Amino acid sequence: MSDVLILAIESSCDETAAAVVKNGREVLSNVIYTQIALHTQFGGVVPEIASRKHIEKINQVIEKALEEANVTLKDITAIAVTYGPGLVGALLVGVSEAKAISFATGIPLVGVHHIEGHISANYIENKDLEPPFVCLVASGGHSHLVVVKDYGKYEIIGRTRDDAAGEAFDKVARAIGLGYPGGPKIDKISKEGNPDAIQFPRAKMADNEYDFSFSGLKSAVLNYLNSCQMKGEEINRADVAASFQKAVIDVLVDHSIHAVKSFGFDKFAIAGGVASNSSLREAFEKRCEKEGIKFYHPSPIYCTDNAAMIGAAGYYDYINGIRSGMDLNAVPNLRLGER
Amino acid sequence: MKILGIDSSGLVASVAVVEDEILLAEYTTDYKKTHSQTLMPMLEAIKNMIDLDMDSIDAIAISAGPGSFTGLRIGSATAKGLGLALNKPIVEVPTLEGLAFNLWGTDKLICPLMDARRNQVYTGIYEFDEYEDDRQHLNIVMPQCAIDISLCVENINNLAREVIFLGDGVDVYREKIDELIAVPHYYAPASMNRQKASSVASLGELYFSKGIFVDAKDHAPEYLRQSQAEREREEGKI
Repeated sequence: MSDVLILAIESSCDETAAAVVKNGREVLSNVIYTQIALHTQFGGVVPEIASRKHIEKINQVIEKALEEANVTLKDITAIAVTYGPGLVGALLVGVSEAKAISFATGIPLVGVHHIEGHISANYIENKDLEPPFVCLVASGGHSHLVVVKDYGKYEIIGRTRDDAAGEAFDKVARAIGLGYPGGPKIDKISKEGNPDAIQFPRAKMADNEYDFSFSGLKSAVLNYLNSCQMKGEEINRADVAASFQKAVIDVLVDHSIHAVKSFGFDKFAIAGGVASNSSLREAFEKRCEKEGIKFYHPSPIYCTDNAAMIGAAGYYDYINGIRSGMDLNAVPNLRLGER
Repeated sequence: MKILGIDSSGLVASVAVVEDEILLAEYTTDYKKTHSQTLMPMLEAIKNMIDLDMDSIDAIAISAGPGSFTGLRIGSATAKGLGLALNKPIVEVPTLEGLAFNLWGTDKLICPLMDARRNQVYTGIYEFDEYEDDRQHLNIVMPQCAIDISLCVENINNLAREVIFLGDGVDVYREKIDELIAVPHYYAPASMNRQKASSVASLGELYFSKGIFVDAKDHAPEYLRQSQAEREREEGKI
């Protein structure tokens, strides 16, 4: 079989990204234009500003991805594009661009689920990883515990009831004056703090043992900060950050490992922006080793929003015969496993 | 010279192909489906109907704003994707100029109106004056802008000339216009009162022949307005 080259495009949030991926697992190029600095001044992603930046940058990013891969559109087998979930205005830039390129060239188009991309990021650096396995997807917008039954076949067994894990990081970071984005900042300052200094709650859902809830934890942190202020006590930001982070990690690790064991798998992977948190990785490494579970995780560059992961997911969709038409639309609340 | 015209700035989605002053195909819809669902299937339909070889297109003319932010970006991303794949330039046609061009040849003032929400309209004032290269020239009396409808009518009253209104803003502000206007005024009929990609392509052909175009990668819509977040920050709310 000849090589399958996927040109992948991703614009679901605040990164404009394009990549060329060979046979689903070999990244020939991975170009990301990040807008983080632009949104930092607003304390979070502003959808309209993100969409405006996408349209300004998208051609340069795609052209650079082709150039760095040393290919032209003539070499491309299929075009993969994120069509949901995400910010609708942002998604529409990538979707419209991808449809136009597909139309003008006749190259087949494959619409890809953003979370499917995050999960598939694990295939890039772990050539031995194949389904089935359990994957924890945690980012600013998502917290899902997913059973990957086969390529392109997913079952969500747990999800957050309120805030996404990354969202909780952002909110707590803002409350203790660390700024946006919260994840990396809390990760960093936590290294200087005592994770057992403050006992924050670990939420368990009575009706679904795999679901998450982080809003109670977030409120507990805010209450703690308030009560310190009332009593005139000095706040140790490193201790607050480390204790909060430990509470999040404990819940993520416990639920995930419980799922892997219950389903009888021996493989577990993490994905999404939160997966680049160093303490989270350490915790999973230790626990998986103890439980005899093989632990997979992408490098940080493939944890953040990127197009290489869309190329990896798009490859398996493509060889499974999935094609999108010229009426492909952005679906902001697209569910995993739906088309 | 063959120009592909695209307009998705408002409620209407429209695509057209104009070659050497002949309209080969045009497809326009005003329906509740999103532009993302209509624009490309419409282009696909005209391509198939007239056996269009996409490589034979010289440039892509896009209605470049103002308009619905998302609508503009769907059109722009489509144009940019085509431009990238076909290696063709983009001609940026201001949305309101495209609308005014629907009324080619009139001796009256032309005032296109697009509802811009927040009691404003995207508008401009245009006229056709002297001939240029055998074609009447579209003259800009008031450049496109986002202003209050009453200020727009006041400007027309000051010009003291007959005027034709068109665009989706008419539906919203017709009563207000009738109340404030002091000059003879008319409303364009359905055949010409909305965005037409053939007008965008015709104007695009004119611009392109004068060397006015951009590389696909450099094109972005002209919104005429900041995002809400930027506006609020400037007003000190953030």
